[in-house]
Amino acid sequence: MSTDQRISEIVNGNDVVLFMKGTPLFPQCGFSSKAIAILEHLGVEYSTVDVLQDMEIRSGIKAFSDWPTIPQLYVKGEFVGGSDIMMEMFQAGELQQVMEDSGVKAA
Amino acid sequence: MAMPAAEIEAMIRAALPDAEVEITDLAGDGDHYAARVVSASFAGMARVKQHKLVYEALGGRMGGELHALQLTTAVPN
Repeated sequence: MSTDQRISEIVNGNDVVLFMKGTPLFPQCGFSSKAIAILEHLGVEYSTVDVLQDMEIRSGIKAFSDWPTIPQLYVKGEFVGGSDIMMEMFQAGELQQVMEDSGVKAA
Repeated sequence: MAMPAAEIEAMIRAALPDAEVEITDLAGDGDHYAARVVSASFAGMARVKQHKLVYEALGGRMGGELHALQLTTAVPN
């Protein structure tokens, strides 16, 4: 299975998935830990993929979304943004709206 | 690998001539910056598109030569 297929399976198989460096308990980068903090604040169920454990996904995800950095958040198969955009949307209440509109379950 | 703040600002201005650009050096190592870019050309554009415009202005250096750029974009009010 190609990297692209693997990625789209993950993206479409999870309501909320964050491609990050490290894990929620041990984020390996400031931007990734900021993204996790935001998801925790939202109180939604989410899954994560540690791109540091999978170099193919680490580079493949950037082409998949045409976005140059990690972390990357996907909700219901849609690319939402990196940690900057998550923060801007969170502060504007837009991220909560996206979760509600997509019918995402609370944790 | 690092980039001077002035170079980042110049590249963004070259692509967005009307933009107001504020660069903050977060760590003093030439590798961790925050940038605030205010431009009328962002009007009506989704946030992801706005950020992509700035990344394109940086000519693909984002995530490579430039490790960390905390980016905020806005439309002039």
